[in-house]
Amino acid sequence: MSTFTGTGKLTRFILRRERLRLGVWVSILALVPIATANAFIGLYPDEASRQGLAATVASSPALTSLLGPLYDSSIGGLTTWRSGTLGAFIVALMAVLTMIRHTREEEETGRRELLGSTVLGRNAPLAAALTVTVGAGVVLGAILTAGLVGVGLPLEGSLAFGLGFLGVTVAFAGVGALAAQFTEAASTARGLAVGAAGFAFLLRMGGDSGGESLEWMSWLSPIGWFSRLRPFAGEEWWVLALWVFLGATTILAAIAIASRRDVGAGAFPPRPGPADAGAGLGSALGLAWRLHRGSVFAWTAGLAVLGGVYGGAADSVGDMLEGNPQLREIFEQLGGEQGLTDAFFSAAVGIIAIVTSAYAIRAILRLQVEEEGLRAEPILATATPRVGWAWSHLLFGILGPVLILAVAGLVSGATYGAITGDVAGQAARVLGAAVVQVPAVWVLSGTAMALYGLAPSRTGLSWGVLVLSLILGQLGQILQFPQWTLNLSPFSHVPLFPAEGLEVLPLAILVAISAVLVGVGLAAFRRRDVASG
Amino acid sequence: MSTSISVSGLVKNFGQVRALDGLDLEVATGEVHGFLGPNGAGKTTTIRVLLGLLRHDAGSASLLGGDPWSEATELHRRLAYVPGDVMLWPNLTGGEVIDLLGRLRGGLDSEKKARLLEQFDLDPTKKGRTYSKGNRQKVALVAALASNVELLILDEPTAGLDPLMEAQFRACIEEDRDNGRTVLLASHILAEVEALCDRISIVRKGKTVESGTLAQLRHLTRTTIIAELGSDPAPVAAVPGVHDLRLHDHRVEFEVDSDRLADVVRTLAPLGVRSLVSHPPTLEELFMRHYEDGEIRQ
Repeated sequence: MSTFTGTGKLTRFILRRERLRLGVWVSILALVPIATANAFIGLYPDEASRQGLAATVASSPALTSLLGPLYDSSIGGLTTWRSGTLGAFIVALMAVLTMIRHTREEEETGRRELLGSTVLGRNAPLAAALTVTVGAGVVLGAILTAGLVGVGLPLEGSLAFGLGFLGVTVAFAGVGALAAQFTEAASTARGLAVGAAGFAFLLRMGGDSGGESLEWMSWLSPIGWFSRLRPFAGEEWWVLALWVFLGATTILAAIAIASRRDVGAGAFPPRPGPADAGAGLGSALGLAWRLHRGSVFAWTAGLAVLGGVYGGAADSVGDMLEGNPQLREIFEQLGGEQGLTDAFFSAAVGIIAIVTSAYAIRAILRLQVEEEGLRAEPILATATPRVGWAWSHLLFGILGPVLILAVAGLVSGATYGAITGDVAGQAARVLGAAVVQVPAVWVLSGTAMALYGLAPSRTGLSWGVLVLSLILGQLGQILQFPQWTLNLSPFSHVPLFPAEGLEVLPLAILVAISAVLVGVGLAAFRRRDVASG
Repeated sequence: MSTSISVSGLVKNFGQVRALDGLDLEVATGEVHGFLGPNGAGKTTTIRVLLGLLRHDAGSASLLGGDPWSEATELHRRLAYVPGDVMLWPNLTGGEVIDLLGRLRGGLDSEKKARLLEQFDLDPTKKGRTYSKGNRQKVALVAALASNVELLILDEPTAGLDPLMEAQFRACIEEDRDNGRTVLLASHILAEVEALCDRISIVRKGKTVESGTLAQLRHLTRTTIIAELGSDPAPVAAVPGVHDLRLHDHRVEFEVDSDRLADVVRTLAPLGVRSLVSHPPTLEELFMRHYEDGEIRQ
């Protein structure tokens, strides 16, 4: 019996279980770029309007940092810039999550053992999961190529776009397979692999945020490679080999580890811990600290790195406008060179704030994870009041963003200050710019809490609000949305401090809205039944 | 004698489903009370109402003299709870969870904790995610038993324990009863309830169908008699209150209503009894009867 015996049967079995989930992933990932291309055709019909947009994008390091560089002002080039890099990140998530679900999670739940007792080779589950994941990438790439050609884009670029998403799928299928080998818990494997995808995204965010001096960071990122494939902008086909190489090496490494370990075991055996609780673990807050501390530190460190990258890029902002006197004039009216960097930092902390909101929502929805995981029940059956338990997690969703934004702002300003020789002054300026974002983040914290209290089955909506804020804030003006829709995002009410003055009233209103949302959530949670799983 | 738990006419609906339909439950202070019923009968729902996790729709519930919903926090200081499905935090060790839960309740007897860990053969240094179902159950049990509380609420606490550990559990509960602790033990394991409980409430479809001491409930039921006789056993069949008579030559086996036992003995005596076995109904039979009768009546 070969170690791959049974792969075919298992592949069909996985497809049977995955058809809906993968169908949704693939259709959304394929439809968004095609719809975006279609929207650009309507919004920017002539070359002049597209060049204007391209100039705006090029002058905004924050935009290129989030979405990747814009290499060509054709419809295809704009589509690649607008939906390619973010899409590639989500493709990476699809690949790692699908791989881990059908390898480590099957082992952890014991279903793998049941299957392993049948005629099934040792490597068949890995091979089957890989077949399904890469298969999804092939289908996605094919639909994309056909769809983009269908709306009238050139074949070569469309093919590069489709193959790029397939390349990301292959590379991250390998990353997922490898992450699944290390620990016994699927949740840890998922954390590792999603963390790797997030790190790859951060790397290219740094690399795409400034001039050529930082571009090497994007070359280190499998997500950054997507822009470097240059769909619709003189395709560099050899970049595809990078993904194949990464995918092949990670998969071979995963197979090598898998053949040396027991089913169910991790490459790292679990270590014993203390037999007694330390003094800090004696209250709901002490427990919450244990559950949240790792992620608070990780998010703070990650966003501090991003802040540092922005700080390093800020100095080159002036240079980037050399070839664009009109924009330069506008920025100079805002306050000259300092005005230019201030505007840059306002935009940069805007992005950091959006990412921080993702942390805030996750921290607050930990309440729901605990409740539905039946771990809230034993705590609520002790002398811990409900509201006290809720606050123990809520605190991390409220104070965590303050810490994250403050550290990211400080690091960002200090980095820029170190280049320009004014560490204290710049650190204070950017710290201020970052901290004014806090009330807007709190509105999202409050939204998550209100939903948790009122309608725990609808907490997913808080992610919807976050995505909406992201789209409105980063793209609303480019896609020419009306002003009232832009105002729906809490982030559009944050004053552009320090580029403009510090307006207190909008901040006070945002704080008040957050407080009401948190209050409503707490009051509703006090009154409702606790889930029984 | 004071009352620790008093529930009457409790109603709880989940949408269209009526989980509790006028349930009654009285637990006297210092007794071990068996709360018996099949899965889905409403045992866990009742416990969750008593713990203030669910709000009831009608009826009344009182716990340790207080209101389980509005005074939950103060009352929880005096009780410990073992859920039927024990879930632990993946990164916390069993020992940490035991200490944490004890501290959140109002104190832990660390000597007793050490003794219980030994008794239940539980390694407290393992992380939550690595425990089996039985070991997770043990973590919650040790945390509850070692807490300084007056009331234990246990929801099917031995599900997942092996017979050896079940025996340890029984010994612990007996010790606690002798020390004056009140225990509410929800279970569908009849032998366990039979061995441990002073009084029993049987629930079915959200209603209490029977409540009392084991002796009182037996009074309502039939005794099984197996006899070998010297002559034809036909006259036995004529005694009112005899059911399910089976004959094998001179061997006879039947059930008799407990209040007709005297008549049966009088009838048997002249028939030349060679051997006689009589046993009271096991809880198993009692239980089956209630639910079977229930099904027939519907």
